[in-house]
Amino acid sequence: MGKLRFATVWMGGCSGCHMSFLDLDEWLFDLAEAVEVVYSPVADVKTFPENVDVTLVEGAIANQDHLELIHAIRKHSRLVVSFGDCAVTGNVTAMRNPLGGAEVVLDRAYQDAQLLHPQVPHDDGIVPPLIDQVLPVHAVIPVDLYIPGCPPPAKRIRAVLQALIEGKPPEMIGREMLKFG
Amino acid sequence: MPRTLTINGQEISARNDQTILEAARDAHIHIPVLCHLDGLTDVGACRMCLVEVAGSNKLLPACTTRVQEGMEVRTDTQRLRAYRRQIIELLFAERNHVCAVCVANGHCELQNLGIEVGMDHVRYDYIFPKLGVDLSHERFGMDHNRCILCTRCVRACDQLEGAHTIDVMGRGAKSLIIRDMNVPWGESTTCTSCGKCVMACPTGALFKQGSTVAEMVHDAEKLAFLKAARERKVWNV
Amino acid sequence: MNLEELNATATSERLARTKKRHHLYVCVGTACQALNSEQIAKALQAELKQRGQAADAEVKCVGCPGLCSLGPLVEIESQVNGQAAAAEAKDDRRRSILYQFVKPEDAGEIVAHLDGEPVKRLETPLDQPFFTRQTKIVLEHCGKIDPERIEDYIAVGGYQALLKVLTEMTPQQVIDEITRSGLRGRGGAGFPTGLKWGTVAKSDPNAYPTHVPEGIQSRKFVICNGDEGDPGAFMDRSVMEGDPHRILEGMAIAAYAVGANQGFIYVRAEYPLAVKRLRTAIRQAQRAGLLGSGIGGTAFSFNVDIRLGAGAFVCGEETALIASIEGGRGVPRPRPPFPAESGLWGCPTLINNVETLANVPPIIMKGADWFAGIGTEKSKGTKVFALTGQVKNTGLIEVPMGISLREIVFDIGGGISGGRQFKAVQTGGPSGGCIPAQFLDMPVDYESLAKVGSIMGSGGMIVMDDSTDMVEVARFFMEFCMDESCGKCIPCRAGTVQMHRILTRIQEGRATRRDLHILEELCDMVKHTSLCGLGQSAPNPVISTLRYFREEYERKVNGEQKPEVRIQKPESRSQNPEARSQRPAISS
Repeated sequence: MGKLRFATVWMGGCSGCHMSFLDLDEWLFDLAEAVEVVYSPVADVKTFPENVDVTLVEGAIANQDHLELIHAIRKHSRLVVSFGDCAVTGNVTAMRNPLGGAEVVLDRAYQDAQLLHPQVPHDDGIVPPLIDQVLPVHAVIPVDLYIPGCPPPAKRIRAVLQALIEGKPPEMIGREMLKFG
Repeated sequence: MPRTLTINGQEISARNDQTILEAARDAHIHIPVLCHLDGLTDVGACRMCLVEVAGSNKLLPACTTRVQEGMEVRTDTQRLRAYRRQIIELLFAERNHVCAVCVANGHCELQNLGIEVGMDHVRYDYIFPKLGVDLSHERFGMDHNRCILCTRCVRACDQLEGAHTIDVMGRGAKSLIIRDMNVPWGESTTCTSCGKCVMACPTGALFKQGSTVAEMVHDAEKLAFLKAARERKVWNV
Repeated sequence: MNLEELNATATSERLARTKKRHHLYVCVGTACQALNSEQIAKALQAELKQRGQAADAEVKCVGCPGLCSLGPLVEIESQVNGQAAAAEAKDDRRRSILYQFVKPEDAGEIVAHLDGEPVKRLETPLDQPFFTRQTKIVLEHCGKIDPERIEDYIAVGGYQALLKVLTEMTPQQVIDEITRSGLRGRGGAGFPTGLKWGTVAKSDPNAYPTHVPEGIQSRKFVICNGDEGDPGAFMDRSVMEGDPHRILEGMAIAAYAVGANQGFIYVRAEYPLAVKRLRTAIRQAQRAGLLGSGIGGTAFSFNVDIRLGAGAFVCGEETALIASIEGGRGVPRPRPPFPAESGLWGCPTLINNVETLANVPPIIMKGADWFAGIGTEKSKGTKVFALTGQVKNTGLIEVPMGISLREIVFDIGGGISGGRQFKAVQTGGPSGGCIPAQFLDMPVDYESLAKVGSIMGSGGMIVMDDSTDMVEVARFFMEFCMDESCGKCIPCRAGTVQMHRILTRIQEGRATRRDLHILEELCDMVKHTSLCGLGQSAPNPVISTLRYFREEYERKVNGEQKPEVRIQKPESRSQNPEARSQRPAISS
């Protein structure tokens, strides 16, 4: 059996889930035996590849770039995993939603909160256009598996990946596997 | 007079004035609850404790339904489990429950129920209402974003403190916990600052000021102790 | 007033009536009143005076005769051949004419034609099926008597039933009579009325802790539920406005039967006219000794007070209504205990709907067998419906139970307006369902309606033509339930919000098959887990439209996950901080 083609993606999140992933320490060597990392913020790959077996998506869908990428991910991944609370619920990333739309948020960040030269960046390509309301991944594409946690503890990540490598559905029950936050 | 009934096939006996919930607890049978709190009257509002009773086509809340002779109760069927998960998902979608930054993270009954019902994600739309945080009281705070409208604070304030400072305003999803005639908590003229509402709160909606993420540990059991101490002169827990 | 005095009043009233050759009945129900019908009455009066016919004719302001779509209505009853004295009881010696769309300026012409040919341009036939196919029990006096005069009610036999039960019957005999009649609650659920009365009568006021306010002696209560709130329903309003004494009499009989001395009528404040007429009626009845202490010279005492609802739909639910009367928030509580055992202030309480109580006096007077002879095996008597929607004749109708929907829609209702086709009829308001054309010949009774996924409800009946979007109908009712949810229990409070969002998404063409699946799951959950009837029945309009018009939903869900995503456009942003406050938000 060939290695699993494995991707991790960092969207509207703080990268904490990836940090927790790196907390797997020496187990990462075992993982490297079983999977081939084809796309990840820790690997320098520019475009999302085809024929991916498992993709962990960290972060919520917050801007146009995320939106485009998530559709590409769904198209090319056999299994899409919402990885961490931001991907599963919107979490901290979505805390801007009650404020209203994107414009209010930009004003808050770039004008109200600035003492010197308040200015919203507007040139194309500087800041990706925000979507009005931050969405959890499953609100945009069908998702196959959810790993809650902010961040998900390394043990939880390992339990999921271990099962996937063995070709079994992970058992998402109990505090160890399901606690949010 | 004692009553004999079965819960999940297990034969148990109970006093005739006991509810299904009380009888189940005596028999160490777990029924999830949320708006119920020992020491307060029950309102049957959260619907988490709904059980199936043979012969009744309606699901009955265990917290307000008295036991009856020969009752056959089921507390954990597939259907009930599905309903309970839906109810918890509805609550998470209704307001802004962000466990990661919540004062009650790790000590939250809603969070625990999410785990118990196996909620790995919420299928409903997050509503993201714009709600405020009242920090006008010198010792306590109220974050409406985390409130699930269980009214445990309302009942604690009314029934145990006798102040009835807290009540509910509005209706439906627009309901809001208020103090007096919707004044900031710090301006309430009836609040005695006893803190019983904070003890009663199942989530991070009511907290002691100065608590940061995961620091707010509620003391809900103390209310039942208080009630027993006052009414039955029972001073040991 | 005892029976003799009552009879004397009735006789003299009837005699006074026969002295007038013409009776002009002007509808002053809310609908006609809104179209200036009180001015019509004044103009007719003035015209009669001017022509010197005032002694010969009388103008009476009456309750709703039913055909609201043709209002303002004026009915004229004249004695033929001027045989005044003999005309008392013989209807065939009378001539009735109904005028539609009357304006105050028509008064002269109407009065001028009193003895001659009717005014052709205003006349609408009284022998049309709208009138001839109805059977009136509850509405028998609506449109015939002045609701603000107790003498009018007494003249048509009013309060005879009350004095009969007080002087000739034991409370148990009254309950037995109601039980035998087969009367069932007209508020919607159809609970057997006699059984309810019997339970209250048997209930021990000390069985549950009570907290009755000082000054109230009664330890059992009778409540008349007039918190009619279904969109498009106005049956109870019309009875309260058109025949208020009938409700008081029904309540007093019920109170005697169950052993209560205090009653409350809970009316929504949006019915000011009904409240005014009920208040007048209570005052008149008290003065006449037909309410208060020692009614009709017997030892029985019964007082009635009015409580106004502040416009919450949920207060029509009995436990919420009780909470509201007690002065608390109008939210329901779990049953049991039922109000019959522990209701108002913890006391045994009988709650009946307006129409249920209005059925009581005739059952007492004409007997249970007479009533049981009308209707079907399990649904006795008549039912009042507010017929609305895309049907030619809209208004208030009373039909025997068991009549077919087809007769209601096509005979009484006159068929679909605008030359379109029938699509469905919605009964039971936000708690009911839509019934499609294949069930047009089904009898209208409690069981049949339930079988096809609707309910009898309180009497709202909305006819829909083939241009109706059934998903929109479901969305409309869901919005209503969402707004009216009290917020106490989670399934109703949060579930209706989610269902409404999905229905809205379907209407906006953004929904998926997954949404439809989630909607159906929510319908099931909210129906089975909600605390009170509002939540338990809130999914019904969705369930029934899914059952009969599923293809309309299927057409609108396209199978692709498509959230509403609005992206902020960089070029739309202003660089001027001063302009910020004036800038409108892109969206909410």
